[in-house]
Amino acid sequence: MYMGQQPNGFVRALHPPFQPLRSCLSTFRAPARTFAPVEPGTASVPEITQRRTLLWRAPLPRSYINFVGRKILRLILTIQGLGAFALITLAVMITKFGASRRVILPLIRAELAKSGVRLFAMTMLVSVALGLIIIGQTVSLLQRVNANQFLGMVMASVVVRELGPLLTALIVLSRTGTANVIELGTARALGEVEALEALGIDPIHYLVVPRVVGMALGIFSLTIYLVIGALLSGYLWAFFQDVPLTPGEYFSQLTRSLDVTDFVVLASKSALFGVIIAVVTCYHGLAQPLRLEEVSGATVRAVAQSVIFCMALDAFFIVIYLVV
Amino acid sequence: MSAAIVCKLEDVAVPSRRDSALTVIEGVNWEVRAGEFWIVGGVQGSRKSDFVFMLAGLTKPLRGCYELFEQDMGEHFGDEFLPNRLRTGMVFDDARLINGLTVAENVALPIRYHQNLTVEESASWVSALMKETDIVEFAQDMPSAVPRYWRVRTSLARALALRPEVLFLENPVRGMDARHTSWWAQFVTKLWRGHSLMAGKPMTIVASTDEFRPWRRSGAQFAELHGKQFFTRGTVAPEDEEIFAMNAEEQV
Repeated sequence: MYMGQQPNGFVRALHPPFQPLRSCLSTFRAPARTFAPVEPGTASVPEITQRRTLLWRAPLPRSYINFVGRKILRLILTIQGLGAFALITLAVMITKFGASRRVILPLIRAELAKSGVRLFAMTMLVSVALGLIIIGQTVSLLQRVNANQFLGMVMASVVVRELGPLLTALIVLSRTGTANVIELGTARALGEVEALEALGIDPIHYLVVPRVVGMALGIFSLTIYLVIGALLSGYLWAFFQDVPLTPGEYFSQLTRSLDVTDFVVLASKSALFGVIIAVVTCYHGLAQPLRLEEVSGATVRAVAQSVIFCMALDAFFIVIYLVV
Repeated sequence: MSAAIVCKLEDVAVPSRRDSALTVIEGVNWEVRAGEFWIVGGVQGSRKSDFVFMLAGLTKPLRGCYELFEQDMGEHFGDEFLPNRLRTGMVFDDARLINGLTVAENVALPIRYHQNLTVEESASWVSALMKETDIVEFAQDMPSAVPRYWRVRTSLARALALRPEVLFLENPVRGMDARHTSWWAQFVTKLWRGHSLMAGKPMTIVASTDEFRPWRRSGAQFAELHGKQFFTRGTVAPEDEEIFAMNAEEQV
């Protein structure tokens, strides 16, 4: 039993990692009831001032370390599994390049439609809103310091370098990525993967490769439309707010702020977001045996991990950007 | 001169489909020669499906030696098995059609994938397969809209699409009415003897079943599974009641 833990149902019902934290907190609040019984004369009650620092000086309880350790181990195993799955997919893409193209190309077109064409309207809506949000926030700030000449630069930095690819990836993840996990998880649970194997059809080639290619191309294309839409709508909102800026000045600010690196980073970032989302969602749908009731859990894990890995890649690109 | 050996099992331990480390049938010694027709019976839970899955190369034997077309299935299991895999067909008792494709697309999938054909190029062969298996009326339906009996027939049409030499059937008549059961018994017997669809070429067939009754007059050889063991019974089908009684005794 942890120090200060009361042997009642409520404490026992707490999640183990939080029990020591709760016991430390209860020590802080109610000192008279917090310590386990001790033999008379073998211990002294600490002073209140000492007790206040006890929380900060106490070593991390073992169960909390176990909890964190388990999480880290699980993260490492997930990264290992995803890495292996990505490498297998890459190997299949190379070794089976051009194989069964009359079956695979229509599947890639269908994925491109799902991750690109059908999300066009939604992406344009988001791009208009994005232009409004950024301009709305920055115009008032820049006008205060009389720095309207930086409006185009702010738009280029925020939309082209950061929010454009990331928002597009999130749109595709929410609309197509989740559907991917559910489709593949259900297919796995219903034994379709074994059926493909029995027919001599490589499940990675038939189910994963079209999704990876389609999603990478879809996010790349949508990002371009989203960026163009946000830059145009940004100027429109600036015009409505009576910002003294001609279209020529605005676009010359934009062109001065952008260079070739921006376009290379934008293209590679958006395509890699597509690859990450496709690999993570396919991995969670396909790579492990699933029962039907486990599909929803796999979907949640896939979405969370896709977001984390996309953010990590974004951070990695910022580092590259700063170094270059 | 005797026919070539298609499947050869020596002291094989069969794994479970769900837990590949768990042995469900032990010590199987058996040979299937080209042109033979075997019915493997057993009550529900006797692991017939696990046995057929291993025969079809979907799971690996845990012990012993299993050769399919003289290829050791304990070692050659991945892409190197592909050429031989295309010589076999598998019909699942729950059909396992691809739910995102129509019935016609499901039937066309293997031939389109392996021979790189367009829908139009595969259409005449797919029509012939669907006509022979009486599923033409469901051609444009999605599998979820098709009754189970017809889905299993679609699974058969799909398995025949690549003109396999060996056909594995996982309990195809499970829960079927007399009409469908009779159709299956007759159609599979025709395939074994040489169906016009397969250019009159006889097939090697291994089918699992809950009951021997529908297959009694098919001319097949019979084997049974009970108590984690495999027994061959020759050309005379055991009485189903006898199998049930043996199983009941084991349970007692």
